[in-house]
Amino acid sequence: MDNTVNFLLLLVILLNFFILGSSRLVSCIRTVAIQGGMLSLLPVLAHGFSGHTLFLAAGAFLLKGIAIPFLLFKAIRQVRIRREVEPLIGYVPTLILGTLATAGSFIFSDRLPLIAEHSQSLFVPVGLATLATGFLMLITRRKAITQALGYLIFENGIFVFGMLLTEAMPLMVETGVLLDLLVAVFVMAIVMHQINREFSTMNIDKLSSLKE
Amino acid sequence: MNFLFLSWLLLGLGACTASLPWRSSKIPAILGGGSAVLGCLSGLIAAGQGLIAGKAETFSLPWSMPGGSFSLRLDGLSAFFLLPLFIVGLAGAVYATEYMQKEKAPLHWTWYNFLLVSMAMVVTAANGLLFLFAWECMSLTSFFLVITEFNLAEAVAAGWTYLLATHLGAAFLFAFFLTAGAFSGSLDFSSFHLLGKLSVPVASALFLLLLVGFGSKAGIFPFHVWLPDAHPAAPSHVSAIMSGVMVKTAIYGLLRMCSFLPVSPVWWGGLLMALGIIGALFGIAMAALQRDVKRGLAYSTVENVGIIILALGFWMQSRAAGQHLIAALALAGALIHLLNHTLFKSLLFLGAGSLIHGSGSRNLNHMGGLMRRMPVTSLLIVCGGMAISALPPFNGLVGEWFIYRALLGGGSTLSGLGGFFPAALLGLLALVGGMVIIVMTRIIGIALAGSPRSPEAAQAHEAGWPMLSAMTVMALLCLAGGLAPVLLLRVAGQAGVLLDPDSANLFAGQDINPWWLGMMAFMLLGSLLAAFSFSRWRQRRGTVAAANTWGCGFAFPASRMAYSAESYTELAQSGMFCSCLIPESKDGQTVGYFPLIRSFVFTAPDPLLEKFFRPLFQWTAGYCRRCCCRLQSGNLHIYLFYVFSATILLLFWAWQR
Repeated sequence: MDNTVNFLLLLVILLNFFILGSSRLVSCIRTVAIQGGMLSLLPVLAHGFSGHTLFLAAGAFLLKGIAIPFLLFKAIRQVRIRREVEPLIGYVPTLILGTLATAGSFIFSDRLPLIAEHSQSLFVPVGLATLATGFLMLITRRKAITQALGYLIFENGIFVFGMLLTEAMPLMVETGVLLDLLVAVFVMAIVMHQINREFSTMNIDKLSSLKE
Repeated sequence: MNFLFLSWLLLGLGACTASLPWRSSKIPAILGGGSAVLGCLSGLIAAGQGLIAGKAETFSLPWSMPGGSFSLRLDGLSAFFLLPLFIVGLAGAVYATEYMQKEKAPLHWTWYNFLLVSMAMVVTAANGLLFLFAWECMSLTSFFLVITEFNLAEAVAAGWTYLLATHLGAAFLFAFFLTAGAFSGSLDFSSFHLLGKLSVPVASALFLLLLVGFGSKAGIFPFHVWLPDAHPAAPSHVSAIMSGVMVKTAIYGLLRMCSFLPVSPVWWGGLLMALGIIGALFGIAMAALQRDVKRGLAYSTVENVGIIILALGFWMQSRAAGQHLIAALALAGALIHLLNHTLFKSLLFLGAGSLIHGSGSRNLNHMGGLMRRMPVTSLLIVCGGMAISALPPFNGLVGEWFIYRALLGGGSTLSGLGGFFPAALLGLLALVGGMVIIVMTRIIGIALAGSPRSPEAAQAHEAGWPMLSAMTVMALLCLAGGLAPVLLLRVAGQAGVLLDPDSANLFAGQDINPWWLGMMAFMLLGSLLAAFSFSRWRQRRGTVAAANTWGCGFAFPASRMAYSAESYTELAQSGMFCSCLIPESKDGQTVGYFPLIRSFVFTAPDPLLEKFFRPLFQWTAGYCRRCCCRLQSGNLHIYLFYVFSATILLLFWAWQR
């Protein structure tokens, strides 16, 4: 069981790198969808079959694996863009930064005073690495859709962390988090549509006139 | 102590009720003014008890403030500062019942009463936090009083300058009290005696904090810049309170805190003396250039504070050198001059207010001929002018006499450089005294003598009895101080004992006692009165013919031909002042026998404010704005980067702990 879980978590990290290095939006969305779908297996694999974990897995799979990618695909079809053309920091430097962040999160979590049953698992480093990847996406990409993807990856990282606490976390909280995410993507899709209509571009650089 | 609480209660009640929306405009004046008068009388009893008993009374209440306790201490030093506070407060309250405009009076009474309460609390507080609390209340209430004329942009600008200066000063005081509290383990003054064990460098750093913090309130030379703007903007009795009393609370703070620090090294006194003499020369030179009568008086405050600081510095220096007699003379001079300055400066400010009230302008060039139209005010201003010029039979002489004696003693007994500096200061102080006479004759000569320079001045009216009685009381006190210098010395002795027991014990000795100064003042006053009544008697007999004023050869002399305020000091300005003090003037020199119409523009802003502080603060503000623009670029990615780096830093910080 543990081996499967660790294998899945390592796959998550590989997918992180893939997202950081890819310029094509369709494949990025697809990768995030695959990552979400894989993560939705984690509750069942890590904590065994129960009503709680099954519900969690089903909810996560429906939202992360199906509903949100569907919305995003629909959004890019509407605004007719295929590529992230000019990121603020290039793909190779982003990949290097992502590698450094992943290595850093492994080193960091080695030193953390975790309880015995978590100290050997990959949950903490993978969660941290995924969080950092989400942040890197948010910081380096210009298009609103890649920003949305950044938030999704970020949420995936939080989900991995949440796995440590699945026993303790009430169902309502999990549901709330997933629902929040869905609403956020909805809003993001609508905003993207509006930005595109207003400025005929998807670059969020144009949104800087509200500063002091 | 009980009378002090009674006074606070009365003042507080008056403050709270005066600004309620009463139907009649007389009620606020009765409530505010009445409570201020009664409160000041009760406070005077408390101060008198403290001075006569000479024992410290303490009072303590539990206070929920962390690190603070509501503890008060009324000893000789506090009582010495409470006495002028309540005298000027009383005179100001009586004065204000007539002086304040009807619609602005109610709120003014609130701030005025609270200002008196907070000043009294500053000088009696025995806990660092309570002291700072009272100090800030004092700054805020006086700020609100400065902007009483809030519909004038000039007054509001002066208020902001004042608020900025006083808060920057307060920041240094906070630094001092926090450091002192850390060293002594508690913010109570009773535990501050542990500061006496500090090493000299640490104590010197604390002393510099004190000097900047209290100096910005006291108007010590480089930090005086708010004074010349704030005093003219405030109502005249408020100027009197601020210049006469509030400035002195800062000196109280300096003295009180220095008494906790270890015995000073020589250079502390030297620094104070240098700042003092520079401030005195600078202040009086600037005072001679001002056409605004209250601005001139404000600069004269800078000068007098300079003299007090000079004397205090000399006291510290000679105490460190072990010269107790000289230290006693210097300390007595500083304390007596401090008390005297309160009396005569508030008299002059009240008098200037009366001139402004009567003639409707603060500009000296718009006054003139007021001695005939406002005889009582004019007589009282002349009394104040004599007092501030240290002329007998008024009190100004007594304090300066002690300071001169101390400097003379220092110059003749100390050897080498130690003897050179007092002797040099003696000469400079005499120069300051001469300039004071120029400034005062200028005010008296331009504003009071001659013929009116404006239609408003020709229509000037004498003030009513509340204003006149307030000024008369102050003038009589000035005269009493001059006639009975022993009394001044006795009062100063009560404060001096706490600061420097070794020297203050000499106050009672014969070689310091100025009884003959009082005798001479009596004789001079008698001969003045005799001469005056003789001349009146001759005038009554009608043997003196009345004739026109000498018209310099003009057939029809007019007031436009008379000396203006600027031309009166032109000689001193072009002959003595260094170039940095010379004011900006667009010259109106005429050429030829039939000159064209020329105009003359003359402004004398504070050189330190205009050439140093204002550019400095503008540069700082611009720099901060540029930094802010760079940090706050409006780019979402940069903000996200901030969030990311903050998260990472917090993670590592929490992990390190």
